[in-house]
Amino acid sequence: MMDYLQILGNEVYKILFLLVPILVSVAMIVWLDRRVWGLVQKRKGPNVVGPFGLLQTLADALKYIFKEIIIPASANKVVFILAPIVTMTLALVAWAVIPMSEELVLSDINVGVLYLFAVSSLGVYGIIMGGWASNSKYPFLGAIRSAAQMVSYEVSIGIIIINVLLCVGSLNLKDIVLAQQELWYVIPLFPMFVIFFISALAETNRPPFDLPEAEAELVAGYQTEYSGMMYAMFWLGEYANILLMCAMGSILFLGGWLPIIDIYPINIIPAPVWMILKILFLFFLFALIKAIVPRYRYDQLMRLGWKIFLPFSLVYLVLTASFLFYFDKLPKGNF
Amino acid sequence: MTLSRIFKTIFLVEFIKGLLMAIKEMFKKSKTVNYPFEKGPISPRMRGEHALRRYPNGEERCIACKLCEAVCPAQAITIESTERADGSRKTTRYDIDMLKCIYCGLCQESCPVEAIVQGPNFEFATETREELYYNKEKLLDNGDRWESVLAKNIKLDKPYR
Repeated sequence: MMDYLQILGNEVYKILFLLVPILVSVAMIVWLDRRVWGLVQKRKGPNVVGPFGLLQTLADALKYIFKEIIIPASANKVVFILAPIVTMTLALVAWAVIPMSEELVLSDINVGVLYLFAVSSLGVYGIIMGGWASNSKYPFLGAIRSAAQMVSYEVSIGIIIINVLLCVGSLNLKDIVLAQQELWYVIPLFPMFVIFFISALAETNRPPFDLPEAEAELVAGYQTEYSGMMYAMFWLGEYANILLMCAMGSILFLGGWLPIIDIYPINIIPAPVWMILKILFLFFLFALIKAIVPRYRYDQLMRLGWKIFLPFSLVYLVLTASFLFYFDKLPKGNF
Repeated sequence: MTLSRIFKTIFLVEFIKGLLMAIKEMFKKSKTVNYPFEKGPISPRMRGEHALRRYPNGEERCIACKLCEAVCPAQAITIESTERADGSRKTTRYDIDMLKCIYCGLCQESCPVEAIVQGPNFEFATETREELYYNKEKLLDNGDRWESVLAKNIKLDKPYR
């Protein structure tokens, strides 16, 4: 009995060690997002709470906690309450397999990519549940849009991931990073990286693909009826997802925790720092893009996903495969 | 589509240009100020909170001619007057309902003795409506407090009147 408790305690400790930094970094990333947005528009951005306004998100969270949670009379209560919980849980659960360095990973499973992909696909459920359970027109429209958008872009992301997997020969995220020791995949697979990045924008409902919460048309999309902590949980889940996409991008294409070049003064920087730097770089791009692009029209969004990204990544997949086959560079795994 | 347009679309040329421009703009000085701590410039013609001025010897300027009361389009001003022992006509009551006031500046323009003026202060929000029913005492107090700025503004604006 004591053994079980000890193991349980150990696991809870490990999980907390993963979750707390993620929640803190989500708060920081929200601040960074707003600050970059402000700076591009030549505003100051949040700069009052704490040094440089760093604690702004904390203040916002405190405000959300003390706000009243309003559940619409016509809403389906169980699903309505479940939706933000599902969104946030799924966004955080995916982090279990992200390796921050060769040792620093919560669960080193050998189908890591598959797991990530499955969890991020499930993420759409939270949004659909929220939109449907609100029993109101704007959330419902937002949820439909979001579902269609996320499903379409997941297809192209899947094929992009297959591109990488072809070069690696393993689904383990650690193996994927270690396979990039000689050459980061961003160089040979650069077009795929660009498409992955744009698809990640669509997948996380960021501008220019923020149709599900297009404030000009849909008030706040699927979040319209939510308030207080439930709204904050949606918001947290969304940013955790964005961070996850950045982590995925840096693992698949930017060599994860590997330093830029493996020579003396650069390679003494510890591995997690490199990983964080790469995630931050990708997130910085996310934030910049939010500031400069107008929103896509719905049919343009679908055209981009199905008629351009999907065929292009398929063609590139065939090219990659034939290149690897012709030059006999296919990974020799134990299979 | 022309060939250059296709090239631009495929290689995201416009998009990258936009990104570079955004990065360039980030390092420029911001156009906004930290409002409660630093404030933007205000013109001498600013039509803010009202004030009743005095002559340097301490005598009120207002002669109760009621031109401002007559010209006020929102009828926010109420004046009552009486003749003092020395034969001069002075106000006994000078009320401005700041909630009715539309800050048009006609009272200041109609005043023959530059008694009622609108100063540069715009931060006089209150928590209750009653506090915004200004009486003579409050207006004279405003005048005493802002006199240096009011006199300077009137002097600066004189050539254009």
